[in-house]
Amino acid sequence: MDLINAVIVLLNYTIIPALTYGSQLALGAIFVTLIYGILRFANFATGDMMSFGTMFAVLLTYYFQSIGINFGFLPTALLTIPFAIFMMILYMLLIDQTVFKYYRIKKSPPVMLAMVSVGVMFVTQAIIRIIIGPTDRRFLDGEKFILKATEFKEMTGLAEGLTIKSTQMITIVVTIIVVAIMFWFLNKTKTGTSMRAYSDNEDLALLSGIDPKKVVLITWIIAGILATIGGILYGLDKSYRPFVYFNNMLPIFAAAIVGGIGNPYGAFFGGYVIAFAEIFLTYAYKRFLVYLLPESLEPNSLMQLLSTDYKFAISFSILVIVLIFRPSGIFEGKRI
Amino acid sequence: MRNYLNIIVAYSIMMLLIILVGIFQSWSIALTIFNYCMISAVMTLGANIQWGYAGLINFGIMGYTALGGLAVVLVSVAPVPEAWSAGGVNMMTCLGIIILMIFSTRYILKNIQKSNKRNYLIAGIIIVGLILIKFIAGPAIEQIEAVDPAKTGFLGGLGLPVLFSWIVGGLFAAGLAFVVGKVALGLRADYLAIATLLIAEIVVSIIKHEDWLARGVKNVIGLKRPAPYEIDLQTSPWFINLVEKFHSAKLDLANSLSERQDILNQLVIDASSVYVKLCFAGLFLVVVIILLIITQKALYSPWGRMMRAIRDNEEAASAMGKNVVKQHLFIFILGSAIVGIAGAMMVTNDGLFTPGSYRPMRYTFVIWVMVIVGGTGNNFGAILGGFVVWFLWVEAAPIALFFINLFTAHLPETNEIKIHLINSAPYFRFLLVGIGLLLIMRFRPQGIIPEKIIKQ
Repeated sequence: MDLINAVIVLLNYTIIPALTYGSQLALGAIFVTLIYGILRFANFATGDMMSFGTMFAVLLTYYFQSIGINFGFLPTALLTIPFAIFMMILYMLLIDQTVFKYYRIKKSPPVMLAMVSVGVMFVTQAIIRIIIGPTDRRFLDGEKFILKATEFKEMTGLAEGLTIKSTQMITIVVTIIVVAIMFWFLNKTKTGTSMRAYSDNEDLALLSGIDPKKVVLITWIIAGILATIGGILYGLDKSYRPFVYFNNMLPIFAAAIVGGIGNPYGAFFGGYVIAFAEIFLTYAYKRFLVYLLPESLEPNSLMQLLSTDYKFAISFSILVIVLIFRPSGIFEGKRI
Repeated sequence: MRNYLNIIVAYSIMMLLIILVGIFQSWSIALTIFNYCMISAVMTLGANIQWGYAGLINFGIMGYTALGGLAVVLVSVAPVPEAWSAGGVNMMTCLGIIILMIFSTRYILKNIQKSNKRNYLIAGIIIVGLILIKFIAGPAIEQIEAVDPAKTGFLGGLGLPVLFSWIVGGLFAAGLAFVVGKVALGLRADYLAIATLLIAEIVVSIIKHEDWLARGVKNVIGLKRPAPYEIDLQTSPWFINLVEKFHSAKLDLANSLSERQDILNQLVIDASSVYVKLCFAGLFLVVVIILLIITQKALYSPWGRMMRAIRDNEEAASAMGKNVVKQHLFIFILGSAIVGIAGAMMVTNDGLFTPGSYRPMRYTFVIWVMVIVGGTGNNFGAILGGFVVWFLWVEAAPIALFFINLFTAHLPETNEIKIHLINSAPYFRFLLVGIGLLLIMRFRPQGIIPEKIIKQ
C-alpha cells in the first residue's frame, strides 16, 4: 500500500506536471528547430511570437464569453485556436515578407538574421503590450479538474489523492495529436519530404526543382500552428502574461539545443528532458520517502536537491553541459 | 578634419537633444539621462570590443552587469560582524573547498591521461565537494540569513571606498568571462549567443536567490557614493552661498525676505540634486574618456589589426600563425570586464542593488541594439549608439504621448481607444527601438558611424 501511495505522490507532483510542462516546451522547441533547420537562424522572437498568437486567443475568448458562446466543459479558448492560428500565420508571413525575406535572398550570415529577429522581438513585444497590456490574465473556463484529490481518495481508499487538472489532460492530448500530424506530414507527404530535403542541402534541393518559396511558406504556416497552440496550452495551464512568455524562450531554446537543433524529434524529446530535469531536481522528496523508508530512517529535511528558485538555472546548466560534451545535441542535430 | 565631420555632427545633435530636454523638462532629468547614456556607452564599448573587433557574439551582457553590481555591494558595504561570527568560518571553508576542487580537477586534467578513470575521478571530486558544501554551508546560510533579516541578513562587504569596486567589478566580470569563454567560445555564432544568454541567466538567478551574499531580491539600499549627499549640500553654507550668487537676479525679484528665503530653499534643493548628478557625470566622463583612449589606441595598434584579421578570416589568420583561440578568449575577457565596470558604475549611480531588476531585455538586447545602431567596430559609433538608444528608450514615452495626442486630437477625451493608447504610451519604447534596429539593419547595416580602417 505504501508503495502505491509513494507512486501516486510522485505521479501527482512530478510526473504529470512534468509531462504537461514538457509538452508545452516541446511544441515551442519544434517551432525553434523548424525555423533553425529550414530558414537557418536562431529566432529570438520565439517567446513573443507564441505570446502574439495567445493574445488573440485570450481576446477572442473574452469576446466569445461576452456573446455567450462556450465549449461545454472544455475551455472556450480551444474554440478560438483556428482564428488565433490564422492571425498568427498572417503576422508571421507579414514579418517574413517585410523583414526576413530580404536577408534570406541576400544570403546573410545566420548571426545577422538572429540579430534581425531581436528587432522583430522588440516590435512584437511592443504590439502585444499596446494591444493587451502587460498584466496577468487568466482565460481558463469550463471544468477545472478531471479528477479531484478527494474523489480519488474515496474511489480507491488510498491516503494520497491524485489530481488531474483538465488543462494537463488537454495539453498532453493536444500535443500528441499536433506532433503526430506534423511528423506524419514531414515524413509521408511530398511537401514534407521537400522540406526535409531543403533543410538537408539547400542547393541540391533547388536543383531538384523544389520551390523555395513554397517551402518557406509552409514552414511559417507550421511554425504558426505550433507557436499558437503551444502558447495557448501554456496560457491555459498557468496564465497569460507577456513577460513570462518572453522568458519561456530560454528553456525552449535549451530544449531545442539539447535535442539537437534542426531535428524535430530531438526537440520533442528535449522538451521533456528539460521539463523532467527541472521538476525532478527541485522536488522535495520527503513525502515520497516517508512512504518508502522504514520509520527509523525517515528523513527530517525536505530532501530537496535544489531550491525551486533554481528551476530555470537547471535547464540552462543541462544545456551548457550538453553543449560542452555533445555540441550537436543528444540526437544528431541539423537534420529534419 | 573632414574624416571626423560626421562624428562631430552626430555628437553635437545628441548633445543638443539632451540640452533641449534640460530646457523643456528639467536639468535634473537631462543629467539623469546623460549619466545613464554614459553608463550605456561604457557597456556598448565593452560589447563593441567583442562584436566589432572580434566578431564574438555575447548575449550575456546582463550577467556581467549584475556581477559588476554585486562587486559594489561586496566591496563598499560595511561588514556585518554578527553574520561573520555566525557563519563566516563555514562560508570561508566552503570557499576553500571550491578552490581545492578547482585545483585538484586541474591537477587531474594535467597529469592523468584522457580515460574513463579520469572522468570518474573528476565526477567524484565534484560530487563529494558538492555534498560537503551542502553540509557545511546549509546551516551557516540559515544562521547568516537569520541575523536581523529586515536590515542585513547577509555577510556584508569589505567597507572599502566605492570607487575601488569599479575595478573589482571589472575583475569579477573578467573571471566569469574566463570561465564562459573556456566553455563556450568554440561554439558557432548563434549557439554562442544562446549559450551566453543562458549562462547570464544562471548568474543572475544565483545572485537573486543566495540571500547570504547580497540579500537577493530583498535588495541592498543606501550604498556609498563617491559624490556628496544632497542633504549635506543643503545644509552647508558654501553651497547655499554659491546658489545665491548664481541666482542673484532671480532672488532680487522677491518682494519680502521670507519669500526670498522660500525661493532660495527651493533653488538649493534643485541645485543640490543637479550638483550631485554633475559630480557623477564628471566621474563617468573620466571613465569613458580613459576607455575611449585605450580602446582607440588598441584598435589601431598591431594587435587591433590582428583582431580584425581574425574576425574577417579566421583560417587565414590562423595560417599566419595567430593563436585564434587564445585571442578570442582574451578579447572576450577584456570586453566583459568593461561591461562589469559599467555594471558597477550603474549600481553606484543608483545607490541601490536590485538583483530582481536584471532582465535580458533591458541589459542584453537593448545594449546590442546600441552596438548595432551606433556602428560596429567603431568606438565613437559605439558611444554614440549608447547615447542615441538610451535617449530614445527614455524619451520614447513622452514622444509617443505627443504623437498620440496629435493624431487623436479630434477624438473626445472619453474615447476608449484614445484612453487605451495614452495608457500604453510607455510600451512605444519597444516599438521605437525595434523599428530603429530593423531600419538600421536594413538600410545602414554598418551603423550610424561605420567602421573606419586607416590604411598605412
